[in-house]
Amino acid sequence: MYNPQLDQHKKLKHLLTIEGLPKATLLQILDTAETFIGVNEREVKKVPLLRGKTVCNLFFENSTRTRTTFEIAAKRLSADVLNLNVSTSSQSKGETILDTVNNLIAMHSDMFVVRHNQSGAAHFIAQHVPDHISVINAGDGRHAHPTQGLLDVFTIRRYKPDMHNLRVAIVGDVLHSRVARSEIHALTTLGVPEVRVVAPNTLLPADVHKLGVQVFHDMQAGLKDVDVVMMLRLQNERMSGALLPSAQEYFKTYGLTPEKLALAKPDAIVMHPGPMNRGVEIDSRVADGAQSVILPQVTYGIAIRMAVMALLAGGHNA
Amino acid sequence: MQLPDLEELLADITAQIAPRITANTALVGIHSGGVWLMQRILHALDKKPETGTLDAAMYRDDYAQRGLKNQPRPADIGFEVDGKHIILIDDIFYTGRTTRAAMNELFDYGRPAKIELAVLINRGGAELPIKPDIIGADIPLAATQALELSQNTQGKLQLKLLAS
Repeated sequence: MYNPQLDQHKKLKHLLTIEGLPKATLLQILDTAETFIGVNEREVKKVPLLRGKTVCNLFFENSTRTRTTFEIAAKRLSADVLNLNVSTSSQSKGETILDTVNNLIAMHSDMFVVRHNQSGAAHFIAQHVPDHISVINAGDGRHAHPTQGLLDVFTIRRYKPDMHNLRVAIVGDVLHSRVARSEIHALTTLGVPEVRVVAPNTLLPADVHKLGVQVFHDMQAGLKDVDVVMMLRLQNERMSGALLPSAQEYFKTYGLTPEKLALAKPDAIVMHPGPMNRGVEIDSRVADGAQSVILPQVTYGIAIRMAVMALLAGGHNA
Repeated sequence: MQLPDLEELLADITAQIAPRITANTALVGIHSGGVWLMQRILHALDKKPETGTLDAAMYRDDYAQRGLKNQPRPADIGFEVDGKHIILIDDIFYTGRTTRAAMNELFDYGRPAKIELAVLINRGGAELPIKPDIIGADIPLAATQALELSQNTQGKLQLKLLAS
C-alpha cells in the first residue's frame, strides 16, 4: 500500500497519522525520544541536530500549547522557528493554502508543522511540497494528531513498561477527537491487548468497533480494573448542540471523580491531553492527585516532538 | 593481518591511564566500544574515578546525510563537568570526527579543565587536528578496511578486521 509518510527505504518522510505506521517506526520514535529526555534536563538544553534548518509552525487553527511545545522542541534541536498564525493573516485576505505554503518554500523552510481544522490538510500539503521538505501533522480536523498519540503511548510506556499486559480506557468525546483516534492506533500497533472507549452513544463514531476497541457506555463498568485512564477534552462548543444535556449532567455520568477512579487498579495512571475542563470531564482532586501524569505528558511531549523532527531531518541522502 | 592481543592492549592502556588519575578525574566512554572498554579499565584500576557515557550521534557533522545510524543511547554524565579532568575513551581512532562530536557534547554539560583521549587502536587517517593521548596500538589501515570491536553475550570483547 502506498504510504506517503515513508520513503522508498521505509524511512519516515512525513508524520501525518499513526494509522498504517509500522510498529518498528513507532518504537524508533519512542526510543529516540528517550534520549531527548536527558537533553531536556541538562543545563544546556540544546543539541545541534537541526542547526541551520528552518521549521515553520503553520497554524490555521489556534493551539497555544501544541505550538509552544513544537517551538521548544525545534529550538532545542537548534532550528530556527517561524510561527505563522494563518487564521489571523493571509488566509483571511483570501490566499489559498498552497499559495501560503509556496511562499514559505520560497523562504527556504525545511519543515512544516501543520495544524488545520480540516481533516487531510497536512496530507494535502505533504503531497505538494518538494522532496527535501518534511511535514508534521499537528492536528487536522477530526482525523489525527499523531504526536499527541505518540506522547501518550510514550507516557504509558514510561509508567507501565509491559505494554502487552495492559487495559486502557479512553473516556469522553471520541467522536470529535483526533487525539482518541491517534491514541487507539498507537496502542493497538504497540500490542496493548485491551483498549476500551467509554462514552455516550452520541459521542462515539458509528464504526468505532472497527478500530479494535471495546465499547462501554457505563463508566463504572468501563473503568473496572484498568491500568490507564485517558480522559478526553469535552469541547464546550459541543454543548450547544443536541449531543449532550449539560456540563453538570455530563460530569455526573462521565466526569472522572476519585470515586470512579477507585474502580480502576490502585496503581492506575490518569492522563489528559489538555486543556482540561475541570468540573466537566475531570475532578480537580483527580487532575491534581497522586495518580495524575498530566504534567509529565507535557514534558514528554517535547521529547517526542524532538524525536520526530530529528528522525525526519536526518539521513535522507544515505 | 595478525591483530594484537586485545587483553594485552587493554592492560597497556589501563597502565597508561592509571598514573593520570587524580581526585578530579572522570572517565567518559563513547558508545558502544568505548563504554565496554571503560568498564574493563575501571575494573582494573585501584583508584576508581567518576564515570560517564556519551553517544555523540547527535553531534556528528554527517547527521543530515547519515541520520541516526544505530539507535542512540542516552548520555549519562552524572558528575559536574566544570573544572574536571576528563579522559575520553573510544575503541578505534580514525577521522577524529567522533572525538570532535563527543567534545562538543561534553561542553554542553560544562567547561572541563582538560580533556584527554584514550583509544585502543589508532588506525590513522585523521581529518581534523585531533590526536589521541593514550594509544594501545598503531595499526595503519586502508580506507577500504574497517576494524570493529564487538562484545559477545558473555561480555567478552573481540577485535575483527573487515575488508570491503
